[in-house]
Amino acid sequence: MNSDTNAYRRPAGISKGKSTVDAWFQLALALAGASVLIILAAMLISTTINAWPVFAHSGWSFVTSADWDPGISRTEITGSYGALSFILGTLITSTIALLIAVPLAIGCGLYLTNIAPPTISRPLAYALDLLAAVPSVVYGLWGLLFFVPIFVRPALKLIADTLGDSVPFLGSPVVTYNYAAAGIVLAIMVLPIITAITREVMSKTPIAEIQGAYALGSTRWEMIRDIVLPRARPGIIGATMLGLGRALGETVAVAMLIGGSQRMPTTLFQGGQSMAGVIAITFQEASPENIKALLGIGVVLFVITVIVNMAARLIIWATGGRVEGDAAV
Amino acid sequence: MSITSTEINTSQEQVTFDIAEMSGNYVARKRRSRIMEGILFTTILLALVPLVLILFEVIRRGASAMNIEFLTSIQNISLIREGGGYLNGLFGTLYMVVIASVIAVPLGIATATYVVEYSDSKLIPFVQFFTDVMTGVPSIFVGLFIYIVLVQRDGIFGGFSTLAGGLALSLLMIPIIARASEEVIRLVPGDLRNAAYGLGARRWQVIMQIVMPTASSGLITASMLALARAAGETAPLLLTALGAFKIVPELLGKPQSALPLIIFNEARGPFEPAHARAWAGALELMLLVLLLTLIARAIDRRRQA
Repeated sequence: MNSDTNAYRRPAGISKGKSTVDAWFQLALALAGASVLIILAAMLISTTINAWPVFAHSGWSFVTSADWDPGISRTEITGSYGALSFILGTLITSTIALLIAVPLAIGCGLYLTNIAPPTISRPLAYALDLLAAVPSVVYGLWGLLFFVPIFVRPALKLIADTLGDSVPFLGSPVVTYNYAAAGIVLAIMVLPIITAITREVMSKTPIAEIQGAYALGSTRWEMIRDIVLPRARPGIIGATMLGLGRALGETVAVAMLIGGSQRMPTTLFQGGQSMAGVIAITFQEASPENIKALLGIGVVLFVITVIVNMAARLIIWATGGRVEGDAAV
Repeated sequence: MSITSTEINTSQEQVTFDIAEMSGNYVARKRRSRIMEGILFTTILLALVPLVLILFEVIRRGASAMNIEFLTSIQNISLIREGGGYLNGLFGTLYMVVIASVIAVPLGIATATYVVEYSDSKLIPFVQFFTDVMTGVPSIFVGLFIYIVLVQRDGIFGGFSTLAGGLALSLLMIPIIARASEEVIRLVPGDLRNAAYGLGARRWQVIMQIVMPTASSGLITASMLALARAAGETAPLLLTALGAFKIVPELLGKPQSALPLIIFNEARGPFEPAHARAWAGALELMLLVLLLTLIARAIDRRRQA
């Protein structure tokens, strides 16, 4: 059909149209709209029901114990299931990712909105969005065979050798694939979404306040520090939480780089496993009861990420509407 | 934008603070500002380094392993031997992405239409909010969900299959399409709707015959971008499509292969021939994603022109 906005045909059959068509049409669209809510509810309910035997068997030790020893039963729960080491793995890698990505994202956002002229900032912003388009398995491959062995490991070794004795959790030995390596690559992966939202909230700084600051004799940095940053703070917090949600749920790249060990973490430079990682790596060889336990991990992960995401969206909505654009999804 | 009293108050606090500080040396303050601007510039350089490294390495190692045989033959069962390609993966990826689009594009666009055109409904804020939340659901969890409701079951729809993989991808695409389409539909001028109503059109006629055609190119763009995202997904497919060593035309009952799945499996082993293929596969996957994104942008540009 012609998409020229000036040339639409007069709708046919106006006089014959019954209002029942309108009613059915609205109902169909409402159902589509409600499908999002229905799907989310169905996800939570069906996985929880299927994982329930494991929750009932393990109780709170499912999240407080690190004893993960799957049984091989088809019908009952015989192994012990404590997912603490995986939960910690997810939290540690996500924390490292945010500690690196958030300051970088704030810097990028400030540079793109307040310093770079549009001719530079537009292509730079586009390039950063491109980082979000790289599939996570490519990040995993790149980290596994190139970035981590060649760049990250020597750097981590240097840190362990210089700070290892005085700072806890940074001691030797440094294995190639570890929490820190996965966290660093994860930082690269969540950077675009955090930058996209930070940039958006920073660009909404009222121009009158910026001009006022300059008129009073502020330098550019003083204007940024006193006007832009305080105004953008809630948005930055929301963006950080959204990035956290992404980092918690990221699967294959982390699974490929975290080292794949069930041990409890004692340093950042040892191998470990994340919640999403253990599901991805062990699912295909898992026994029926083990699958239920992995579903249990999935439920815990889902609940955590949904809470983090809801908080993030509420904060971002409160700062003035949703953020648009591809990188923000 | 209207200025509220609190804003004036904060501004005044700012002013006194600034004047106190500004009695200092202007040259020193100016230098400090320059240094901070330099630091901010460095952050963006730091952020771009990984992008350059990824693109460079994928193209370098991918191109050296890419050849006609890789593009036209199916997967080598052995990780140790050289030869073979990812044709079965490319086929599976395209197949499942098409299945996913058939489900997700109508649902996503319908959701967006409902949100924009029936904005008087009390359901709207919830739909918007949970669409946003759904974009953040871990993709592996979507795989678990489809595993339970479909793969685990007996019968014709049970087992690992193309349909299961496509369904998992569609659940990831719906919120992306819904969000992006909403922005597009909002851009349709209200005058057009008013004119149609003025001519006596009913609501569904206005939507189907005025709003949808006007927004069509933007809606295609939104769908293509979601499609590009879905093509690169690995985690949900591990639990729903599983992987296969041959081209699988069946929709049901047989495991299906996908480019990201093969890359994931071949990269994790210690064998050099498999690694070389994984790099070529990564290049192929990135080119596919890039192609879809570029087409989407081209359509979008035509719309905005």
